[in-house]
Amino acid sequence: MKLNELEKEIESGKFGEPRRLALEHQKKVGRFFDAEKLIEVSQVHIMADAEALGYSGIEFLENLSNYDKNEREVWVPTITDPRGADFKAYENIKQSKSFVDMEKRAIKAFKSLGVMMTDTCINYQVFMPPVLREHLAFGDTGSSIYANSVLGARTNFEGGPSALASSLTGRTPMYGLHLEKNRVPNKAFLIKCDPKDFSDWGALGAIIGKQMNSYWDIPIIYGLNIKPTSDELKHFGAAMASFGSTPLFHIDGITPESYLFKNLKIKPEPITKLDLNLFYKNFHPNDDRLDVVVFAAPQLSLDEMRILSEMLDGRKIHPNISLIVCTAPSVKVLCDTNDISQRIENSGGIILEGVCFYNMHAREIGEANGWKRLMSNSAKISNILGGYGYETILSTMEKCVDSACQGKIVR
Amino acid sequence: MNKRIFKGHIGIGDAVQGEALVANDNFSARYDLDRNKGIFSRKSHKLFNQSYVNKILVLNVAKGGVASAWMLKSMIDINIAPKALLLNFANPIIAQGAAYANLTLIDRFKVDITSVIQSGYILKLIPENGCIEVLNDKSK
Repeated sequence: MKLNELEKEIESGKFGEPRRLALEHQKKVGRFFDAEKLIEVSQVHIMADAEALGYSGIEFLENLSNYDKNEREVWVPTITDPRGADFKAYENIKQSKSFVDMEKRAIKAFKSLGVMMTDTCINYQVFMPPVLREHLAFGDTGSSIYANSVLGARTNFEGGPSALASSLTGRTPMYGLHLEKNRVPNKAFLIKCDPKDFSDWGALGAIIGKQMNSYWDIPIIYGLNIKPTSDELKHFGAAMASFGSTPLFHIDGITPESYLFKNLKIKPEPITKLDLNLFYKNFHPNDDRLDVVVFAAPQLSLDEMRILSEMLDGRKIHPNISLIVCTAPSVKVLCDTNDISQRIENSGGIILEGVCFYNMHAREIGEANGWKRLMSNSAKISNILGGYGYETILSTMEKCVDSACQGKIVR
Repeated sequence: MNKRIFKGHIGIGDAVQGEALVANDNFSARYDLDRNKGIFSRKSHKLFNQSYVNKILVLNVAKGGVASAWMLKSMIDINIAPKALLLNFANPIIAQGAAYANLTLIDRFKVDITSVIQSGYILKLIPENGCIEVLNDKSK
């Protein structure tokens, strides 16, 4: 990988050991993907909850925080993905204090690096939304696919160590989605049904994601008869990225780069209502037993919180069921001032802020609470939690709420 | 016996030798593993309930979330980790995680690597030139 003068100085250690180590890491990754050079990024979104970090990751961050301020502080605006514990509410879900202590150590270290603790995976909806052709280092598959697809920015999936390296050097290896040639669709789909709920959008994204053979497959989607909202595309992209490791999609006439591919000659694969129904069947058990209902992955926007609160208004969650909602701290503030939080909490729902359910030691909190059956309108979380010992049920927000209130799965 | 050698793209990590655990399925540290017990915990995974500890995992593609990038290192630090990863296609997350953890990783072979390597094979991996050598076929 060819380095410019500044990058050679970083490599030499002139700007301190943390930046030298970061560049060394970027050279390894760049070599693996045949990157010819580094490219400057304007902002970094870093995923580093304590469960993912483990003690070794926390010690790594603490070691960096021991360097001089001018050596350790980030060079570009850097914000964080959801944390692994909500300090105000962790006892409500029987989360171990030891996990909370891990989080506190990680946060202290991040702050000393100059990282802004935003604790959200919907940063593109609440902070510094990227713009067309802006180069980024985004560290959440959901935020990355949204930035690439809906906003036309350029980012690869940047895992925590690489996102941190980008924040320290202000650049990232130029490979993958930073190159125009890798943004051209090679698969096409024709949607022959109208998604009606966030869960339908997630299911559609999942169906497409499952048909992607690797990170390097890019789909283009035709046939949508409705103009999707930001929240609908959020569920669509998050599920696609989760089921397929897919970093980018184009939707004909909707996403900003789709006009570039008018002359593609790829026969589209149809996706019908039957495909959608078959997908849902993967997440429906034979009996109606239920333990917990979760709205998360991605965190809920202000409008999703409003919709949920109106569905719960004047109702009570069944005593045998827990209902958990995860949102960004900045969204929670607005929910508090708009009576949204009160409606959810009056029904018995638990709002967690700055976290996402699956990255807060979901296996351990499931065991502590006796949760096995989990219902959600998020296709992404329905996918992830299978590996954490849960049986997951995917359904609409309305049926999730009805189920939480009736104490059993409502179909 | 003729040497069986498979060539992939230049990889990451050190040269290692070990026993293969193979499936035509995909890989994510967060989605698929119980990292405390060292087993595949996703019921639908073809290696469900099998131990990955100290094995050279041979799988199709890297899937799922970004957490794997941190998790590979923490798995190594508690000695509940695979010895290496061979994939038909890695994604950036797995490559970044391997670089951070110094875990051996090779991908992009000319053949479907999950179809030519079988569980039990003893393999020697040289990431510097992307080569895999089958040392002996333990399954025979």
